[in-house]
Amino acid sequence: MNKIVANAQAAIEGIEDEMTLMLGGFGLCGIPENCIAALVEKNITGLTCISNNAGVDDFGLGLLLQKRQIKKMISSYVGENDEFERQMLSGELDVDLIPQGSLAARCQAGGSGIPAFFTPAGYGTEVAHGKEVRWFNGKPHILEMALTADFAIVKAWKGDRFGNLMYKGTARNFNPLMAMAGKITIAEVEELVEPGELDPNHIHTPGIFVQRIFQGVDYEKRIEQRTVRTRS
Amino acid sequence: MLDKNGIAKRIAKELQDGWYVNLGIGIPTLIANYIPQGISVEFQSENGILGMGPFPFEGEEDADLINAGKQTITAMKGASIFDSATSFAMIRGQHINLTVLGAMEVADNGDIANWKIPGRMVKGMGGAMDLVASAENIIVAMMHTNKRGQSKLLRQCTLPLTGTRCVKKVVTNLAVMDITPNGFKLLERAPGVSVEDIQNATEGRLIVEGDIPEMEV
Repeated sequence: MNKIVANAQAAIEGIEDEMTLMLGGFGLCGIPENCIAALVEKNITGLTCISNNAGVDDFGLGLLLQKRQIKKMISSYVGENDEFERQMLSGELDVDLIPQGSLAARCQAGGSGIPAFFTPAGYGTEVAHGKEVRWFNGKPHILEMALTADFAIVKAWKGDRFGNLMYKGTARNFNPLMAMAGKITIAEVEELVEPGELDPNHIHTPGIFVQRIFQGVDYEKRIEQRTVRTRS
Repeated sequence: MLDKNGIAKRIAKELQDGWYVNLGIGIPTLIANYIPQGISVEFQSENGILGMGPFPFEGEEDADLINAGKQTITAMKGASIFDSATSFAMIRGQHINLTVLGAMEVADNGDIANWKIPGRMVKGMGGAMDLVASAENIIVAMMHTNKRGQSKLLRQCTLPLTGTRCVKKVVTNLAVMDITPNGFKLLERAPGVSVEDIQNATEGRLIVEGDIPEMEV
């Protein structure tokens, strides 16, 4: 079994205009930098992007927004991006804001064969508009539908040709959940290792969820809020 | 009157040994600086870490280790890291003992608004809706009035809600209040602040019973 492709250009083969993509990451932490760059280069447009955030003006998904390649964003938090806010307020960009835990659960459900679930998050708010309400254990809950995507694009620390993945630190975030929910899942990794090098006990995403894998290049791993303490 | 650090310091006195605590962005983040002596708590950040430590020393920042405010952090000994679904299982499943978050408005029935100003600010709710819908113990940390001097403690929220009837306690620069079925119950005054000052700055129903002590910070 060999799921290795040469590079980001080869990995995004088959992604077309008007498709729905999931992209892992929290802020700029754990985002698939190489594939985003390849999508910008190939100028695929009309995309619906499911991602917790929308990058910043000049990095991450912000690069796709700049070139107007995104038609719709499904996210939980989109601050830190002026161009996003401009496109949203002017109506150029369709935006579906959903609670972060619901976003995570909807991706997980989509990859797990669970079509919908009830959650208390968002009850009594505009998020609940048009959604079925049911009471469980004396509390109101709203029905949330699972999410899937034509392609899920995730970033991992290490991976092998079987598609097994390990993430590092809080770069894990949405990546394992989205990896489950793509019809085709692309994993870009910092280090492609030989099968057996990853301890099976420590694999976060089992290879069955991944269809294409490649070792990325030139990771910038930009820090959004560099905060430090002084040595005393 | 308290400053933001004073608010954080006062809320830190609510912490109990062994608690798991989720701190929101802004004033709540400062609480980690004032953990009472002899108490051990674990901070959860909803992007996927339990056992969040202080900011790193300069030169030791790791792009792969951030908190929900996207700030570089460290991990304490005994920390654990997990995906976003597991993180919100901790939150939704009520495994977190205390949630502290900021707000733009709080109503005297416990409603909270903190994610959107229609037509102006559209940053999104992030994890706030999941947190307030499930947490049993929610403290709001905020200034008592907004930049235009208007009360943020209202009879009814005017901004889009984040959650309904969920806030249990509010700590502001002026006062500590519990949310009760009859409104904000005044528990403590900030140093140098009178009951009248608090009444004047509170638009929602304020219950004042007996002598209101000055808080110790």
